[in-house]
Amino acid sequence: MTARIGVVTFPGSLDDRDTQRAIRIAGAEPVALWHKDKDLKQVDAVVLCGGFSYGDYLRAGAIARFSPVMEPLIDQARAGLPVLGICNGFQILTEAHLLPGAMLGNDHLHFICRDQKLRVENAETSWTTDYSAGQEIHIPLKNMDGRYVADDYTLDQLEAEGRVAFRYVDFNPNGSLRDIAGITNEAGNVVGLMPHPEHAVESLIGTGRTDGLPFFTSILKKLVTA
Amino acid sequence: MARVVVDVMLKPEILDPQGQAVQRALPRLGFEGISDVRQGKRFELEVDGPVDEAALARIHDLAESFLANTVIEDFTVKVEEGAEVAGAAK
Repeated sequence: MTARIGVVTFPGSLDDRDTQRAIRIAGAEPVALWHKDKDLKQVDAVVLCGGFSYGDYLRAGAIARFSPVMEPLIDQARAGLPVLGICNGFQILTEAHLLPGAMLGNDHLHFICRDQKLRVENAETSWTTDYSAGQEIHIPLKNMDGRYVADDYTLDQLEAEGRVAFRYVDFNPNGSLRDIAGITNEAGNVVGLMPHPEHAVESLIGTGRTDGLPFFTSILKKLVTA
Repeated sequence: MARVVVDVMLKPEILDPQGQAVQRALPRLGFEGISDVRQGKRFELEVDGPVDEAALARIHDLAESFLANTVIEDFTVKVEEGAEVAGAAK
């Protein structure tokens, strides 16, 4: 038996196929979910992928957050369903208040696309156990609205509770406060980050490394041994 | 019919690079003496029927939950009187 991992496609999603492929390469079964679905087809976990859902009109992720599929997703994520938000998915998770803080336009006002060095700060979430804490990885980053912001109280709380899951190393590409690239909720089942692990799962493409694959093998291991 | 205007602005402590870019362009255009610019969003809602307290309360909820992200933004709700004739009167 393998794990079934849902990938939601919104109008304007870009990376749903790459995400499905990454899930398959890790050995799990990807399940396509549509933004109008009212149930999650009994999947064991969900990935909200990158792109520009609903054109990112209003704010990145703000309209997607109210799609029909988000209703069961928010309920089940609060009850422990593992959810990974990548880029636009991370923005949707903050708009849905499943993760604290908010995403704003890059401080330099340009779209950015680069190989980004990250440090894994928390290797105990549902999506990061195949990393080790402090490990440095290279993963593609591509976004317009990647600046993570939250008030000082929230930032201090995230740091104190080990919930800063990933930090930018050497270069802060978007003005994110405290170099934050990704965070987790308290329970460790909901994780969001701006860089794209699904683009770093095969040596042929992306960074030429497979530094993103452990996201998908971590969740698979968790689900099949659960 | 009446118009309700919702103005949304980034909170003062949030960096606004768009506003800064606008501000930096001003001297080049010959506008001096403007020390800061912040850019926001304005929503004009055309409301069917009377804009009573209940309608305003609903628009306030809409602004709080959707038009603004109160983690980073503040908003105001204002009724624009005689909106439909304002253009003609001028």
